[in-house]
Amino acid sequence: MEANLNKEPILKVNDLVVNFNAYAGTVQAVRGVSFELYEGETLAIVGESGSGKSVTTKAVLGILPKNGRIDGGEIWYHGEDMAKYTEKDFYNIRGKKISLVFQDPLSALNPIMKIGKQIMEALILSLKMPKAEAKARALELMKAVGIPEAEVRFEQYPFQFSGGMRQRIVIAIALASDPEILVCDEPTTALDVTIQAQILDLINEMKAKSNVSVIFITHDMGVVANMADRICVMYAGRIVEVGTADEIFYEPAHPYTWALLSSMPDLDTKEKLFAIPGAPPNMITPPQGDAFAPRNKYALALDFEEAPPYFKLSETHYAASWLCHPDAPKVEMPEILKNRIKRMKEAEEKHGK
Amino acid sequence: MASEINNNEVVLEVKNLVMHFKTKKRGKTHKVKAVDDVSFSVKRGETFGLVGESGCGKTTTGRTIIRLYNPTGGEIYFEGQPLHGRMNAKLRKLITDNIAMIFQDPIASLNPRMTVQEIIGEGLKIRGIKDPAERHQIVVDMLKKVGLMEEHATRYPHEFSGGQRQRIGIARALVTNPKVIIADEPVSALDVSVQAQVINLLNDLKEEYGLTILFIAHNLSVVKYFSDRIGIMYFGKLVELASCDELFKYPLHPYTKALLSAIPQPDPHHERRRVRISYDSSIHNYDEGENKPHYFEVRPDHFVYCSDAEYPAYEAEVKEIEASLKGE
Repeated sequence: MEANLNKEPILKVNDLVVNFNAYAGTVQAVRGVSFELYEGETLAIVGESGSGKSVTTKAVLGILPKNGRIDGGEIWYHGEDMAKYTEKDFYNIRGKKISLVFQDPLSALNPIMKIGKQIMEALILSLKMPKAEAKARALELMKAVGIPEAEVRFEQYPFQFSGGMRQRIVIAIALASDPEILVCDEPTTALDVTIQAQILDLINEMKAKSNVSVIFITHDMGVVANMADRICVMYAGRIVEVGTADEIFYEPAHPYTWALLSSMPDLDTKEKLFAIPGAPPNMITPPQGDAFAPRNKYALALDFEEAPPYFKLSETHYAASWLCHPDAPKVEMPEILKNRIKRMKEAEEKHGK
Repeated sequence: MASEINNNEVVLEVKNLVMHFKTKKRGKTHKVKAVDDVSFSVKRGETFGLVGESGCGKTTTGRTIIRLYNPTGGEIYFEGQPLHGRMNAKLRKLITDNIAMIFQDPIASLNPRMTVQEIIGEGLKIRGIKDPAERHQIVVDMLKKVGLMEEHATRYPHEFSGGQRQRIGIARALVTNPKVIIADEPVSALDVSVQAQVINLLNDLKEEYGLTILFIAHNLSVVKYFSDRIGIMYFGKLVELASCDELFKYPLHPYTKALLSAIPQPDPHHERRRVRISYDSSIHNYDEGENKPHYFEVRPDHFVYCSDAEYPAYEAEVKEIEASLKGE
């Protein structure tokens, strides 16, 4: 599951800036985001609503709403900068090389078109497959994503499917063209836990088969732990911490990551939860310096004045917080999180034996 | 946070509650058994968690208790007084005086054309506090308790964030001093960081007011954190009921096992080790005759819903558990 760092990334986002024109002013949704996606890895982007995680991937796919625009940065994919692409250029990418799985499977499917035809459409349009071949392949895909009685289901409409089954269909359509990158935008948020576990297993299974790279967007740290090889934590339009799954969960360094991890109870939590005071900032006038500083009890005076750079903690682990500066005062992470990490390490040792 | 319950005084009791809805589909009438033969009791000062997937009937159970629906069958008692009879002014007063509800959707549950002060004060007005100044004072005190400020009183719901709106909903529920709160997914519509704020607030208020809470949710980690006892629902039935620790340590019903195995944990190593159990409801062949399921107390205060034929298997499992406990 470890990311291969020697490889060239297949997708490289460099200092991406996305702004939206709104009635009240310009909303600075993404303010300089950079990340790389390597072949065959799952990169999770986590953050609260409004942190810019969805907007970042929408920019990559060229599906920003009309009032949104890329105001800076580059998106490198196969030697070309997609930030400069026109809608026409995206036709050869979207749904073919890069596919998307949405949060709500019902609105992602056409309600008046039979399921089979919707999967076939993807095959006929992107791979120029003849009809008969497309049908055979569509049935194959339906079986691969675990739809029982595929021949019967082929002739049915989306409303005849349950939420989990619909999401399986959406995944089948997304994988129909054998894409290089699969973007999953909160694919299980609308589903129940047991169904969620099935869909996550399915994505992992399909990934292992086709070696597709996955960008996985979610706010659920439990889901992230299941899926991710590497994790980007986003807050107020910036990536505040990036690292491998083990680094983020076992050695988190940014106070926002601490807060995110300790604000939700796990099954062994007994302590009072560590609630983040206040609310996320207004992105029309984002705060100077570290955007998280006003809600951060560990914030230094410098945090309010100057945005922190990325401090390198390991080859794969970076955090944007002045607390990681060698001269900064040493602060301890919240008690609740420290206890959890201790429990996690104990469990690990127990199972390691 | 689970607190010790030292008394056995039952505040709310639900006996064989049945709630069926009739729907028409192509001229045929269908019966939807949203809640089917559910029994449990809530003790004073405890938090009882009701968990299940969407459509399992947990919300319907809560809404039927507070009589937003007329139950098809079964009995509901509040401090020994029946709540299931024909609705009249006296019964409505008994319910609204003692039971309040916090809803899931903080946008839909607040009237957009009323100010916060009117929303929270409405219950007081109906209960005969006619003096606006007195009402205002109570509302302001309540606002401060839930972490809002006096100047918020004259604003409208749309001026608040999701977390603040949920605080208004909590203030409205608590202002009439109810004995029981039914909290229907109070945090699931909120952002992660705000969820923690609201959970902490509910915990503080629970202790301050000595509230009895029926907590309905689908997030098992939150329910475990917040509740003393838990009931697991599946397709209108309450399949297992036990104290929090007991249920998570020794789940017995196959559905409970499947549900617990699906909870994502914020630990990548744990996730890699995880073995998922799946549940197939067709393993039970219940009918109205000999195989009619009912509740068995398999361990002290640990109930499983099963038929006579299934019980020996559970009994054997319990023996194994108890043997392993002795061995430790």
